[in-house]
Amino acid sequence: MKLIKYLLVGILFGIVMTKSEAVSWFRIQEMFRFESFHMYGIIGTAVILGALLTFAMKKGNMKTIAGDVIRFNDKNWSVPRYLFGGTIFGLGWAMTGACPGPMFTLLGHGIWAIGLVILSSILGTYVYGALRNRLPH
Amino acid sequence: MEFIVEFISQPWHWAVSGAMIVFVMFLLLWFGGEFGVSSNLRTMCAIGGAGKKHEFFNYNWKNQIWNLVFIGGAVIGGIIATTFLASPEPVKIAASTQVYLASVGISTPQTLAEGTGFAPKEIFENIGTLPNLIILLLGGFLIGFGTRWAGGCTSGHAISGLANLQAPSLVAVIGFFIGGLLMAWVIMPQLLSL
Repeated sequence: MKLIKYLLVGILFGIVMTKSEAVSWFRIQEMFRFESFHMYGIIGTAVILGALLTFAMKKGNMKTIAGDVIRFNDKNWSVPRYLFGGTIFGLGWAMTGACPGPMFTLLGHGIWAIGLVILSSILGTYVYGALRNRLPH
Repeated sequence: MEFIVEFISQPWHWAVSGAMIVFVMFLLLWFGGEFGVSSNLRTMCAIGGAGKKHEFFNYNWKNQIWNLVFIGGAVIGGIIATTFLASPEPVKIAASTQVYLASVGISTPQTLAEGTGFAPKEIFENIGTLPNLIILLLGGFLIGFGTRWAGGCTSGHAISGLANLQAPSLVAVIGFFIGGLLMAWVIMPQLLSL
């Protein structure tokens, strides 16, 4: 029963990703070519409202429905993993026009070829896990 | 009721979309989860038994099942949004982007008969060609590899991380754009012209 709420919020997320058009390959090309404000508007609004929400949750010591304090973990500062990993992610994002959330929503659109992207992304994560100790972090 | 469905079915304004993403983030935090989608790829490796070979996947993935349920919901959301809340027109793409895409052989749908404007048919409905296989398979690989190396994707870094004023997330987002710009301006035009 605990999991049903995550299913419902996931359904909402899929609807939001579709109606916002953030799952459109065309929108991602447009964004990286700086030819439309649309994606910047979505991400910018989410960051600003998200920052206000995060600030308010910390200030108010907001608790989860189970009564635990919501923890916001600080990330350890370093450059290589974020810069190199981020760049590689960006290459893939602009290629496929999808990031890890939208991939799954596109499957729901009946765009079956995205299944290849999902499978190869799982493989990519696996290869990262295998090579992890040899990569700079 | 019909009026409400019709209202929601229009393409959403970017500000409404951004606010709704934050609402999703709020619900996940309140439920005791977090807004970070790419962790699921690691969880799938762990469920597949990758923990036996590589330490990175050897953890208690059962605590992550909620996130798998979440992306399962994201698939259903995609079905609902395209079945009951479909837009009356294809995604409206900037004219300059359409001109560029036409020059590399990608047509932008102008009517729903031509497509919804989510995925170009020249790539996603023609997966047998070498450039298209490279786009889908290499693209997916880079997403999975890069996101785990960087410790997050668009949801974890660009939204949750920046909203929590995390400097590492800013570095990651700068990386997203270095890679994205290189791909969109230099590599994709070459690949699509093959």
